[in-house]
Amino acid sequence: MITHVHRPLRVLLYEGGGSIPLPAAARAAVMMALLDKGYAVTRSGQGAGAMPHDDRSLLVLAAFTGAAPALEDATGQIHIDTRDITGLEPDAIVSLVEKTRGDKPMNEPGKWKPWFPVIDYTRCTNCMQCLSFCLFDVYGVSDDNKIQVQNNDNCKTNCPACSRVCPEVAIMFPKYQGIPINGDVVNEGDARREKIKVDISSLLGGDIYSTLKDRSTAFKSRFSKERSADKALDERKKCLTKLVGDGFIPADVLASLPSPDEILKKAEAAKAKAAAALAAQ
Amino acid sequence: MSTPPATLLYCRCAYAQVVPSGVKNEVLQQLCASDASFETVADLCEMAAHRDPRLQAIAACGNLRIAACYPRAVRGLFEQAGVPLPENTEILNMRTQTAAEITTALLRTEP
Repeated sequence: MITHVHRPLRVLLYEGGGSIPLPAAARAAVMMALLDKGYAVTRSGQGAGAMPHDDRSLLVLAAFTGAAPALEDATGQIHIDTRDITGLEPDAIVSLVEKTRGDKPMNEPGKWKPWFPVIDYTRCTNCMQCLSFCLFDVYGVSDDNKIQVQNNDNCKTNCPACSRVCPEVAIMFPKYQGIPINGDVVNEGDARREKIKVDISSLLGGDIYSTLKDRSTAFKSRFSKERSADKALDERKKCLTKLVGDGFIPADVLASLPSPDEILKKAEAAKAKAAAALAAQ
Repeated sequence: MSTPPATLLYCRCAYAQVVPSGVKNEVLQQLCASDASFETVADLCEMAAHRDPRLQAIAACGNLRIAACYPRAVRGLFEQAGVPLPENTEILNMRTQTAAEITTALLRTEP
């Protein structure tokens, strides 16, 4: 279950006046334990710029020399809690933080993977192939006719198929292992390899994945051909099956495809969106 | 006039295991062994997935050094969240660089 509520609190590991600094190893252990549970932690020390606060609650953890002080935000906007962590092990500190958070939702590491495409606009040429390719409505078009990722949550975890059909190697999945999809620098060899992959992916349906050589005529060549809907559907399935067979996308993506009727409807809708955006360019 | 101190940000990549744990642990240990203040987040991707407003606060820090992953991906995440990083942001890659290289770059003092 994914929540899109922002992290409910910011944890501050305070080691200033009125507190006893933690040994470095203990400090690292506490921070690792909290981060691995999904919390954001600020370490207050010296010599580096502090980051401004926002409107979420602040939880101050410290080995206070006396009782944990009651603190109040001077502006009255932020709720501040303080907790004494003297003598506590990292697990106990995590429990303390969890208790303070209460039942406010937060995405937990291990239960959800942030998997979605990230567009490198320095490479993207707005050709709309990704919009036409994706069957899960991840992509959309902005008010100024620019391709954008609009529905992260629809993306199928571990499926980087759209990045495989991008002719400009402009789609990244930061949680992917392989280069350059993971965001590594794209070299000319990668770009050539991706272009060859696009040729293979033309199996999907020549109406969408055809000529990219001349962008000024791409719109006409892509959308004016009359094609058999059944044939296009069959070709799309063949291509996806090939991508699964080659290990590029997980098998459950095939299992979760929409029905043939829905695919055709989606393809039509994507085609119309892409056509409108390309025509407006 | 001296350059204001850099804001240091460490991304734990806690929601996926794509950053080598040895490197990310050592970088955090070195930061913790220093006197520096720094910010840590569990996962920039997770934050970008729901356009966490905290990303805006991060991008607004003028002099920023980030220990995370590929610079192209990190910049893309912020841009996609609607808060592009300033050009002068220094991004260190825990997937390819050593912990020593990263901590040296993070903790260096400006002249």
